[in-house]
Amino acid sequence: MIIGLGHYLTVAAIVFTIGVFGIFLNRKNVIIILMSIELILLAVNINLVAFSSFMGDLAGQVFALFILTVAAAEAAIGLAILVVYFRNRGSIAVEDINMMKG
Amino acid sequence: MLMALAFYLFAAVLTVAAVMVIAARNPVHSVLFLILAFFNAAGLFVLLGAEFLAMTLVIVYVGAVAVLFLFVVMMLDIDFTELREGFLNYAPIGGLIGGVLLIELVLFLGGMMVAPASSAPRASPVREGVSNTQALGEVIYTQYIFVFQAAGMILLIAMIGAIVLTLRERTGVRRQNVAAQVGRTRAQAVENVDIKPGAGI
Repeated sequence: MIIGLGHYLTVAAIVFTIGVFGIFLNRKNVIIILMSIELILLAVNINLVAFSSFMGDLAGQVFALFILTVAAAEAAIGLAILVVYFRNRGSIAVEDINMMKG
Repeated sequence: MLMALAFYLFAAVLTVAAVMVIAARNPVHSVLFLILAFFNAAGLFVLLGAEFLAMTLVIVYVGAVAVLFLFVVMMLDIDFTELREGFLNYAPIGGLIGGVLLIELVLFLGGMMVAPASSAPRASPVREGVSNTQALGEVIYTQYIFVFQAAGMILLIAMIGAIVLTLRERTGVRRQNVAAQVGRTRAQAVENVDIKPGAGI
């Protein structure tokens, strides 16, 4: 049994969908939403690495590395904003973030 | 055969862990399942021959990002049961969108194969007989050097931003003032008192 490109892409699609579903499911909890975003980025990385491996092109892995960098930066900034928000409001419910009436 | 077995093991554990990340009752468990998911994704990367990226994933995500999540979850005093109210309110619409998305993605991506002709316009082809780490280094530090430096700049900005956001001036805290301590002169510190005999101070 040969594991082909399609297998990896299917796994990535499943993880991506779980991430999107997690954002819908945990509408109130910012921490879980951030984790769902991490899952989505992980799925994208699996896609890039799978294509890179099966096409014999290193560019995909290079860009997966840069996505890793940006994801780490995003997690750090997101959690910092979360901590500041919790200090000011005493809760992290997403529905309370309506001060700007946007 | 062994490769297929390993692939299905990693893929199954990755999927189950991802589901548990969004479904776990306790956010600490969510973070731990996130770590499990990243470990299994690293296993998939190893199967794909991207060892460097697999190790980077373990070090960066398990070592840094997941621990950061754990810190925040444990540091903030949050009533998580209250946040779980109405947990399933959005499950139908989310399930609908997720299902449609999954079906589209699997139909589109599942049967994808690499055409032999597509190997001609490769940006940075894999060289034979070179380890993955060395090949990546040869590409990153030449072709993608400016992107690499931009990535470093993004990390610097993220670091400064996180510090600036979370730094606060606390009132009522007695902090050490090094400059004042070092700048103290003998005249400020020592005082001669002329005491009359038998009088005391």
